[in-house]
Amino acid sequence: MTHPTTTRRGLDRALVARALGDAFIKLSPRLQFRNPVMFVVFVCSVLTTLLWFQALAGHGEAPTGFIFWVSLWLWFTLLFANFAEALAEGRGKAQADALRGSRRDVAAKKLARAERDAPIVFTPSSELRAGHFVLVEAGDIVPGDGEIVVGAASVDESAITGESAPVIRESGGDRSAVTGGTRVLSDWVVMRITSNPGESFLDRMISMVEGASRRKTPNEIALTILLAKFTLIFLLACATLLPYSIYSVQAAGIGNPITLTVLIALLVCLIPTTIGALLSAIGIAGMDRMIRANVIATSGRAVEAAGDVDVLLLDKTGTITLGNRQAVAFHAAPGVEERELAEAAELASRADETPEGRSIVTLAAKRFGGPDRRAIDARAEFVPFTAQTRMSGVDVGTRHIRKGAMDAVERYLESQDSHLPPLVRRMAEDVARRGATPLVVVDGSLTLGVLELKDIVKEGIKERFAEMRKMGIRTVMITGDNPLTAAAIAAEAGVDDFLAEATPEAKLKYIRDMQAENRLVAMCGDGTNDAPALAQADVAVAMNSGTQAAKEAGNMVDLDSNPTKLIEIVGIGKQMLITRGSLTTFSIANDIAKYFAIIPAAFATTYPALNALNVMHLATPQSAILSAVIFNALIIIFLIPLALKGVAYRALGAGALLRRNLLVYGLGGIVVPFIGIKLIDMLLVLFGLA
Amino acid sequence: MSANDWIQIVVYLAVLLLLVKPVGSYMALVFAESPNKVTRFGARIERVVYRVAGVEPGEEMGWKKYALAMLLFNVLGMVAVYVLQRVQQWLPLNPEHFAAVTPDSAMNTAVSFASNTNWQGYGGESTMSYLTQAVGLSVQNFLSAATGIAVLVAVIRGFSRRGVKVLGNFWVDLTRTTLYILLPLSLVISLLLVSQGVVQNVLPYEHATTVQATSYDEPVKDADGNPVVDAAGKPVVRHVSTQEQVLPMGPAASQVAIKMLGTNGGGFFNANSAHPYENPTPFSNFIEMLAIFLIPAGLCYTFGAMVGDRRQGWAILATMLVIFVPLTFGLVAAEQAGNPALHGLAIDAHASALQSGGNMEGKETRFGIASSGLFAAITTAASCGAVNAMHDSLTPLGGLVPMWLMQLGEVIFGGVGSGLYGMLAFAVVAVFIAGLMVGRTPEYLGKKIEAHEMKMASLAVLLPCALVVICTAIAVMTPAGVAGVANPGAHGFSEILYAVSSASNNNGSAFGGLSVNTPFWNVLLAICMYFARYPLAIAMLAMAGSLAAKRHVPESAGTLPTHTPLFVVLLASVVIVVGALTFLPALALGPIAEQLMSATGH
Repeated sequence: MTHPTTTRRGLDRALVARALGDAFIKLSPRLQFRNPVMFVVFVCSVLTTLLWFQALAGHGEAPTGFIFWVSLWLWFTLLFANFAEALAEGRGKAQADALRGSRRDVAAKKLARAERDAPIVFTPSSELRAGHFVLVEAGDIVPGDGEIVVGAASVDESAITGESAPVIRESGGDRSAVTGGTRVLSDWVVMRITSNPGESFLDRMISMVEGASRRKTPNEIALTILLAKFTLIFLLACATLLPYSIYSVQAAGIGNPITLTVLIALLVCLIPTTIGALLSAIGIAGMDRMIRANVIATSGRAVEAAGDVDVLLLDKTGTITLGNRQAVAFHAAPGVEERELAEAAELASRADETPEGRSIVTLAAKRFGGPDRRAIDARAEFVPFTAQTRMSGVDVGTRHIRKGAMDAVERYLESQDSHLPPLVRRMAEDVARRGATPLVVVDGSLTLGVLELKDIVKEGIKERFAEMRKMGIRTVMITGDNPLTAAAIAAEAGVDDFLAEATPEAKLKYIRDMQAENRLVAMCGDGTNDAPALAQADVAVAMNSGTQAAKEAGNMVDLDSNPTKLIEIVGIGKQMLITRGSLTTFSIANDIAKYFAIIPAAFATTYPALNALNVMHLATPQSAILSAVIFNALIIIFLIPLALKGVAYRALGAGALLRRNLLVYGLGGIVVPFIGIKLIDMLLVLFGLA
Repeated sequence: MSANDWIQIVVYLAVLLLLVKPVGSYMALVFAESPNKVTRFGARIERVVYRVAGVEPGEEMGWKKYALAMLLFNVLGMVAVYVLQRVQQWLPLNPEHFAAVTPDSAMNTAVSFASNTNWQGYGGESTMSYLTQAVGLSVQNFLSAATGIAVLVAVIRGFSRRGVKVLGNFWVDLTRTTLYILLPLSLVISLLLVSQGVVQNVLPYEHATTVQATSYDEPVKDADGNPVVDAAGKPVVRHVSTQEQVLPMGPAASQVAIKMLGTNGGGFFNANSAHPYENPTPFSNFIEMLAIFLIPAGLCYTFGAMVGDRRQGWAILATMLVIFVPLTFGLVAAEQAGNPALHGLAIDAHASALQSGGNMEGKETRFGIASSGLFAAITTAASCGAVNAMHDSLTPLGGLVPMWLMQLGEVIFGGVGSGLYGMLAFAVVAVFIAGLMVGRTPEYLGKKIEAHEMKMASLAVLLPCALVVICTAIAVMTPAGVAGVANPGAHGFSEILYAVSSASNNNGSAFGGLSVNTPFWNVLLAICMYFARYPLAIAMLAMAGSLAAKRHVPESAGTLPTHTPLFVVLLASVVIVVGALTFLPALALGPIAEQLMSATGH
């Protein structure tokens, strides 16, 4: 859903307001219980509040004001955590609302048969079932997900994709799928409904963006276990400090045992609240980043798996090369002028509206200037490409110009009682060896020469692949080309491997072989014949323009139908894990400074010598403890943008990446709180709260 | 620190490192999946053992069966040692006619020797008959060490095997460890020790008449053996004078060898390796120190060899050294610097040709500062617990090091087998955090680390920590717990914390100063020892079971390398951070407060 930036900013303000409200609603113990770290903070907040009431009643274990401030900041810690989660969820909710708007119940024109002229019964879209046939005409909203069985139409899919330019959807082939909620702009189609109400793509998308946080991913569960164990050990370490303190006071004969308020403050500071507070926000934000990249994942698990991908299967066309091959040279047969060849090729391609055909016309015009178009058009009879002949061409008077792949043309020449000159054959083979596609052009039984069509490798793609390699991801090019051509393009694009003359079976086998070696495979596809491979792949991105079968088989749908996005998806998956890891490290590293703040403050009355540990020279024991608690709460707020945006991710090897993140979040996590706590302490002194 | 201190530590480390590869690769052969020159050598003896025991050596066990066999075997061992102590008065080889050991002490000792802790609430030469020592305790010294190694081998197989549910046969691993590793090595070490003068006989104690009468204060004990204290809380003493000296005898050398090799640490005599009959010369001291680290260090290499990447083993060993070496230097430096409270007084605490200088209280003059400090660090880094000096008399900072080395979970070398599998639990936690930071589902040695592994690894890491803090709290809250404290104040707290840390990490060394042969302490510490040993081992076996079933993920540039200096630093940091974060408050009330107070003259 790409919203213009202005509305997004407006949305943000509304989002913040909504998140603020939600932060309070999320204080419900039932919701808090799901996050063990924050539940401990919750219990601590309640306890200190009770201690404050006790102090108000005149039996306080510490000054009333001190308990009040500690208690207040503990509640803030909780609220900040809730706010982070609510903010992350907010974006999804806003999108879900927008999507829901497009899921209107429309009166669908239900057909008795799959024919345009069949009798129509107006039926609410909510009553349509899989297998029903529906007529959708210009101006109608598509009542549900389905496949076009008859006709073609231009469809406005902006409700789903955010892309305002209409797209063509037609029966047969790989562009037959239509999505409920989109609008037919022109023409008409007869479609077969493929999903029951509540199971449509839109429904799934809404539940996805809304409920992204509801199910924890495997990795999130493992991390939660680790954090819970850490919390437990800190709980024990803090709880047992009370008896230690009582014993020490008895033994030393001076001072007072540590107060519950201080113990609770120490506990909340030590348990990994930073990551605990932001954990679910990070997960939701990861999903959200996918959604903003216009990719809908069917589960958080799929997003996480994307980070682990070892092998990327990429379709050559559209991903590695520009969509189309382009004519780059004419190689005339012996005794034929190059101009003659160019003219014939140009003539044969004139009606060919494919980009390849157009590129031939363009090349001919560039080399020799265009001939008079109208003069010839009148007499010309174009022969379209068919699967049988695998040639196209034009008949102009007695001339029968044909162009096609070498083997197809050879067969044609044999039927004309002629044969391919050996020199032309060698020319064609030379072209193929260079990774280009040779098209042989003949006029009747006369071979004119070879047209060189070349795949244009996308700019910058080689660098992307080099990055992938550094990240440890193998890139594999999938192409229908012969091995020779494929090898040449693979070398030019810098992929690690290629699969030539790829059939759906070959793709499926390749994926299975990779998985047998325990590699995680990602691929994208759009056609029905891609469906088995998509279902087999670990991360399978279906193009939104693709068939329903492909979309069902994949675990992600790219609304932009851009195969290059696979690379982006991997990045987003990795970024989510990195953000989690970095904030965990940061959270634990913070504890060191907090110890230096709290321990001397807590035990200074018993062992004044421990004041030597007060390296930050915090003003008073109370200001020291309060500063640590405040820092602990504020750091959550400061890190919300990082949690939502994700840690900057660079394509580096694992070692380099670890070194960098350890330095920033590990070492940074040690140093930052020393500065932060000292600053807060100075402010507390300034405001007379010390 | 003097040059002598430096040289002793460096020579020790150099000799140790030279032995790692030969010992490690030998042990890898012992546990190799296919028969080889080592296992063929003893095949006949093995066959006899299996036939007698009714073991089917080819039968592979899943983790549950392996754990059950391990637990059953150990519980049986505990029962046997308990019974032996309770009936020793009716059995032969009891020339001093020792009575039955009290039930609580016998129970404590039974758990202690089975769990490889070898915490000793009793004094060997005044409690145990030769039979109990040799058949009960010495045998357990072998078996508890073999148990640790067997569990480790199963855990390593969890990493090295692919897509299978079985981890090996516990009985075979136990037999091979004892037969090929512990027995031959102890034989060599025993002979070396005997050559230095360690006693090995079954004679009655010698009674010698001294030229000069010795007088000393003996603490008065009540009927239960607890020290009697006066109204001021000071122990009541009785003045005694004697001209008779009793020289204890016994089969010491054989037990001392395995006590070191198996990181057991239970001394034949009460004074442990400070006793001249257990550790007579600086050279025997060197041999004993070497024996403690020999197997734990070698096992790192074995681990690397078994998982097919020796660098992984060296990385683990490097991690241990990265923590061990600075702490050792710290300990020796603190001892050499002497008591901070005495600074500024007219006391010469400098090392010179005539004196070792520093803090010599509680140390043997034949060992001096370096060999005592090094021994203290080694015995607590490994979960050995033998001592050649009184840890209670170390300077506050010097005492902090052994205590903290234990609190780190006994993974810096640690117990034979158990130290390394404990370290692997830390490695799994480290890999998990690091793996996240590089954006991949974490994997270690090609195995994906998921929720189940995380659960087991964090259990293994945190269980000893939890035991220490909880049981210390119980001790300081109960009158029975604080009754045994000899020195009140911060040092008294250190004594309690040390004892509980020692038991909860299966170390077994004692700070001293705390009277622990009381029902309260015997029961509390037995609980610590039991729970630190078995649930942890079972958790690791459970992890290995799930790892073995996993497929192997091939390595790529995106895989976090776990053999690099970076990973060594990371793993060391995780170990230190967990140890520091858990124990810093408690340490602040003990040794840290003590040190800061001594430094400021309190």
